[in-house]
Amino acid sequence: MTEQNTAAESLIRLSAAQLAEKLRAREVTAVEVTRAHLDRIAEVDGGERGVNAFLHVNAGEALAVAAEVDAIRAAGGPEADALHYLAGVPVAVKDLIVTIGQPTTAGSKILEGWHSPYDATVVERLRAAKMPILGKTNLDEFAMGSSTEHSAYGPTRNPWDLNRIPGGSGGGSAAAVAAFEAPLALGTDTGGSIRQPGAVTGTVGVKPTYGSVSRYGAIAMASSLDQIGPVSRTVLDSALLHQVIGGHDDRDSTSLPDPLEDLVAAAKTGNIEGLRIGIIKELHGEGYQAGVENRFNESLDLLREAGAHIVEVSCPNFQYALGAYYLIMPSEASSNLAKFDGVRYGLRVLPEEGPMTIERVMGATRAAGFGDEVKRRIILGTYALSAGYYDAYYGSAQKVRTLVQRDFDAAFTVADVLISPTAPTTAFRLGEKLDDPLAMYLNDVATIPANLAGVPGLSLPGGLADEDGLPVGIQLLAPAREDARLYRVGAVLEALLEAKWGGPLLAQAPSLVELVETAAAPALETQEAK
Amino acid sequence: MSTDTILSFEEAMEKYDPVLGFEVHVELNTRTKMFSSAPNVFGDEPNTNVNEVDLGMPGVLPVVNRTAVESSIKIGLALNCKIAESCRFARKNYFYPDTPKNFQTSQYDEPIAYDGYLDVELEDGTVFRVEIERAHMEEDAGKLTHMGGATGRIHGADFSLVDYNRAGVPLVEIVTKPIQGAGSRAPELAKAYVAAVREIVKNLGVSDARMERGNVRCDANVSLRPHGRERFGIRSETKNVNSLRAVEHAVRYEIQRHAAVLEAGEPVIQETRHWHEDTRTTTSGRAKSDADDYRYFPEPDLVPVVPSREWVEELRASLPEPPAERRKRLKADWGYSDLEFRDVVNAGVLDEIEETIAAGASASVARKWWMGEIVGRAKAADVDPGQLGVQPATIVELATMVEDGKINNKMASQVLDGVLAGEGTPAEIVEKRGLAVVSDDGPLLEAIDAALAAQPDVADKIRGGKVQAIGAIVGGVMKATRGQADAGRVRELILEKLGVTA
Repeated sequence: MTEQNTAAESLIRLSAAQLAEKLRAREVTAVEVTRAHLDRIAEVDGGERGVNAFLHVNAGEALAVAAEVDAIRAAGGPEADALHYLAGVPVAVKDLIVTIGQPTTAGSKILEGWHSPYDATVVERLRAAKMPILGKTNLDEFAMGSSTEHSAYGPTRNPWDLNRIPGGSGGGSAAAVAAFEAPLALGTDTGGSIRQPGAVTGTVGVKPTYGSVSRYGAIAMASSLDQIGPVSRTVLDSALLHQVIGGHDDRDSTSLPDPLEDLVAAAKTGNIEGLRIGIIKELHGEGYQAGVENRFNESLDLLREAGAHIVEVSCPNFQYALGAYYLIMPSEASSNLAKFDGVRYGLRVLPEEGPMTIERVMGATRAAGFGDEVKRRIILGTYALSAGYYDAYYGSAQKVRTLVQRDFDAAFTVADVLISPTAPTTAFRLGEKLDDPLAMYLNDVATIPANLAGVPGLSLPGGLADEDGLPVGIQLLAPAREDARLYRVGAVLEALLEAKWGGPLLAQAPSLVELVETAAAPALETQEAK
Repeated sequence: MSTDTILSFEEAMEKYDPVLGFEVHVELNTRTKMFSSAPNVFGDEPNTNVNEVDLGMPGVLPVVNRTAVESSIKIGLALNCKIAESCRFARKNYFYPDTPKNFQTSQYDEPIAYDGYLDVELEDGTVFRVEIERAHMEEDAGKLTHMGGATGRIHGADFSLVDYNRAGVPLVEIVTKPIQGAGSRAPELAKAYVAAVREIVKNLGVSDARMERGNVRCDANVSLRPHGRERFGIRSETKNVNSLRAVEHAVRYEIQRHAAVLEAGEPVIQETRHWHEDTRTTTSGRAKSDADDYRYFPEPDLVPVVPSREWVEELRASLPEPPAERRKRLKADWGYSDLEFRDVVNAGVLDEIEETIAAGASASVARKWWMGEIVGRAKAADVDPGQLGVQPATIVELATMVEDGKINNKMASQVLDGVLAGEGTPAEIVEKRGLAVVSDDGPLLEAIDAALAAQPDVADKIRGGKVQAIGAIVGGVMKATRGQADAGRVRELILEKLGVTA
């Protein structure tokens, strides 16, 4: 390995906060940092056995932004002083979030080649902070899935084991960060799409309080559940990115008027003495992998040692959350996805025979452009909203939603923060659950309640499961608008765990370069091939 | 086009009792659209007043236009409605290319205004109370133009063009409760109701209220039931009846058509009907049934609209004078008799007369022109008087010319024809057509002498103080001068000649 390679290798292993400090101290340039990540992407992402975290790499623009930051910093003066703390720190963006200058596909054939004429609010904020955007990351089509296998552009692989899924729908963002292709990424979380990939890739992911980050420009799956959030390797990094993208936006009517408490300061508190942490009785035990349970209990011990009061809470209505979610989410999705009809943008497919009516062009376009999982949810949602079924399905699901919110309200009277495993299992094998939608849906059992209630959730690495050596995620939940508590507790637990491991969990991940080059990964099966 | 048989209106009324219902869509004249910042402007180049929200681009979100909410509340208050303390929008899901998102964002079960009424005055002064079920906010769709094909409808067209400028324009839909008891006055009431709604929104300043531009659009529901029966009959809904006269005609036609169907012992089909102005008939649109499933659900991208009571009261206090009260005031100001005023109202020229008076005409001159000259011409042209294009300034100019003796009334009427034919201003037309009152007293005196000589008995009467007899002499002079004389001047000269002071 040459000296230069070693330098680049060490750059990509730094956290966003460490990179920001080095950039400010002018020990490295933003161009060097950005190029190191672009090189890493070139090295591990492509090819038959690559991670396939990126659907589009935005090298030119990213380097130009980095060069601009370097120029401003070199010139000094007030403009340099006004640079955002994260200026020059690169970031990847889930391909559900629209960007000017790069394609946005939502992981679907129906948007192949489409370029947005406008930037999402969060992208505007990344640009305002002068963070180079490395590219767009892979996802389950329209964020519908828990494995990224439902991407129309092939699945993303888990950097811990290339034969396994990286979680979903934001497998691309989580894998990019876990594979050191990006220090930071944006995800979207409707039922766990940030947290569950975080859990199975050994990274940190946060679903903020509903309304605390603007959804303007995030292609909607389920409007009342979707939320954009940060993906990173450390709790502090997520807090830093969350602070960049958060805050009120006039273009999103559901956006909260007031800013959240200082999240970065919360991540630096370093003390949880006397804090009440509630174990959710219904979200561990039966149905959870033994290795997941072990790591979960270990984290509880550490928190207890750090002075937290561990209590047990019961949320009896959580057992209905998954069912309610799979009515509300497809109902909203069936309406949100109606706009993809081939009339104004994106794919247009003409019927092969018969009259060329608008209905038939719309039908042919949607038949060819949507994958199976998307069609499944559109059909389910259309049915649930139909006259005569609305009350029984959508109406009942909304009632459950209220009950879930009440469970949270009650739990938060006895606990400041709630805790559970993020996902019931570690990463499963590619293809293992592709033909069993119900088994796939069960992955989100622990993450869905937070979306139904609009409360924030954070997943951080809790170690490796004994039986398979794969990452386990620990989920923290807080009351709405109390995202700061997640960062406070998360950072403390992270420090305790890293002290135990002797360094970050990802330091234990296999050398990806070797894996990509040598592993006997099976040929990837895409939806098209099926 | 239509093969429907109809019964005579009188026969229909003898056997059946009509029940009406109206859905009137009012386009608001807000600066921007219902849910986006794109301009709300009529008549611009297609697809220029649109942004990513109006086009339903991926990722976009709606934001409610505060002014549209304010306008909707004003309409609700003017219709004596209750204003909701909190109300939501819903999505009405259906696939059609004029709807960019393939759903319309509309209020469904939570309208902003509900439970109101409107007192509608009929031509003879009878006041009929129409109960208002609700007034709710929604967005307009884009405009489709079907090219090729004979009917201008989508079926048979070669292709269709879509203009999204109108997509997202704020609408308020005003829905009545079933209107019962109008009897044979149902068509008249239909017209009067829509006219009253149009008048209200125009008066509030919340809509341009131009029916020819589609600012006010009416869907008319009609059903019949045998006299004495409680239960309503099956209704038809005639869509997009877009002038006051058409509303009257469409309701009348549907009553006659329903009656014929019922007389034949057939069931009325619940359906939408298209109105054809040329034949003044309706044709079947599509059958409307429970098969239309719009899968309404609360719009998750919007938070509820919660108008504070203070705001509502502020708006109530700021409402302009209601049209009915305004009429009372105008009648008193103008000094018209009951009959004169009712004729003016029924002719639909109240605004026009008010504008003409504002432009400088006297109340009696304004009435004389509109009622005596313009209404008749409008009737002949089969349009509303206001649509003839007569400017108040034109009337003032004509009236001044008559007053100054430059032309007489007969000539002024000819000049008005010239103005309507686009020949120019009144002054230009007088010049071009060589119209001028004979004001040289020489030829007039000759004609007067001849007229007095022809009717010496009349001349004696005038000398004897019966000045009102002068008409016969004036008439003779006018005849002799073929109407070119200034009648006023002729009168003066006759009196002078006879040594009588009027």
